[in-house]
Amino acid sequence: MSLRIEHLKLQLAGVSLQVTWSFDQPVTGLYAPSGSGKTTLLEIIAGLRKPDAGVIYLAGKKLDDVSQRIHLPPNKRHMGYVPQDLALFPHLNASQNLHYGVQPADDFQSEWLEKIIHTLELSPLLHRNSQKLSGGEKQRLALGRALLTRPKLLILDEPLSSLDERLKNRIIQYLIRIRNEFHIPMIYVSHHKDEHHLLCDELLTIEDGLLKPHPIN
Amino acid sequence: MTNGEMLQTIWLTLWSSALAVLLIFPATVCLAWLMARKQWPGKTLVDTLVSLPLVLPPVATGLVLLKMLGRRGPLGGWLYHNWGFEIAFTSKAVVIALGIMSFPLLVRSLRTAFEEVPVRLEGIARTLGHGPAYVFFTVSLPLAKRGIIAGIALAFARAMGEFGATIMVAGMIAGETNTLSLSIYQLVQTGHDQDAIKLLAVSVMIAFMALAISNKLSNRKARP
Repeated sequence: MSLRIEHLKLQLAGVSLQVTWSFDQPVTGLYAPSGSGKTTLLEIIAGLRKPDAGVIYLAGKKLDDVSQRIHLPPNKRHMGYVPQDLALFPHLNASQNLHYGVQPADDFQSEWLEKIIHTLELSPLLHRNSQKLSGGEKQRLALGRALLTRPKLLILDEPLSSLDERLKNRIIQYLIRIRNEFHIPMIYVSHHKDEHHLLCDELLTIEDGLLKPHPIN
Repeated sequence: MTNGEMLQTIWLTLWSSALAVLLIFPATVCLAWLMARKQWPGKTLVDTLVSLPLVLPPVATGLVLLKMLGRRGPLGGWLYHNWGFEIAFTSKAVVIALGIMSFPLLVRSLRTAFEEVPVRLEGIARTLGHGPAYVFFTVSLPLAKRGIIAGIALAFARAMGEFGATIMVAGMIAGETNTLSLSIYQLVQTGHDQDAIKLLAVSVMIAFMALAISNKLSNRKARP
């Protein structure tokens, strides 16, 4: 992964972040207590929130540079972001949700779509109401929707937190397939070290607002 | 009052109210969205100015309109002298008065409707590669739809019942500017109470239907 964050600072009510880190591993896990600023950091990386200071690069391209007033909007960052609540569009069916990120001008390859549908086993879901899908089905749909845009970085914010153990084990197999078959770098946030152990190449934590390495085992 | 005159009054009120809401709709959508989603200098001032017709006596708003749109007013005078276009005391003045009086109500309803759309969904839509305009038309607007229709029904009902501003800027010209509320007033003044009660019944019926639609959609919107 080639995400680099330099001297990033953000001060919000209850959250204070100071981050300098180069994300070099294919999958980076983030493990930190609630309220430590994990989601805030992910929102900054995805462009949904502006930092107070700092610079962010992805694949050598500058996404944010506060001192130079550079802030690339979320739609130009090529990042897939799957939040904890999945944020499926309630007025769209499963197929419309999946295809939402497809640009009319894209040189869209059906092979990519088929690979996603096949890998995440989405075929049986496509004509259903997105709000009537089960937790695991919604999870796969949100993952597929983010993957379909061919992101340069996939951000997963506690994607399994609302699932029971059986479903968790099933979805984690899909995530492992994404890691192995799609080769898209990921930032994976979870409170569960066993998930990090299965998926991640490095693990980070946030302590007193600072991003630090954390033992993965 | 003949049945034909009554129908003419009802028809004038219905189309004037509908046209007024239709004309203010694009501006109210833009303003409501800006109020709901953006921070900008002068926001409080604009909010206060837009809300003024809600709290000012309607005849005062009507007087402002008359001074602006009358033949000797800055806008009305310019239109009259350059284009021969007359607004005050015509059906155009009725539509403008109804629009101005409904404007703050519609802005407030639409603002609430947009505020109820989760910002998170709009943000995720942006990360999926779409610009703000596309996200507005494919996420914000569809999700605010019920609130928007409820707001339109409420604004329409408000326009239907408008009296003070309309009488000031449009006068009471039978068949031209006499809306339901103006006609009711005129009929009572001239001792035709029976006819006034008939128009009252029509007013109540239309206003009840518009409010029922608005409330039904608002209640459905409020459900989890």
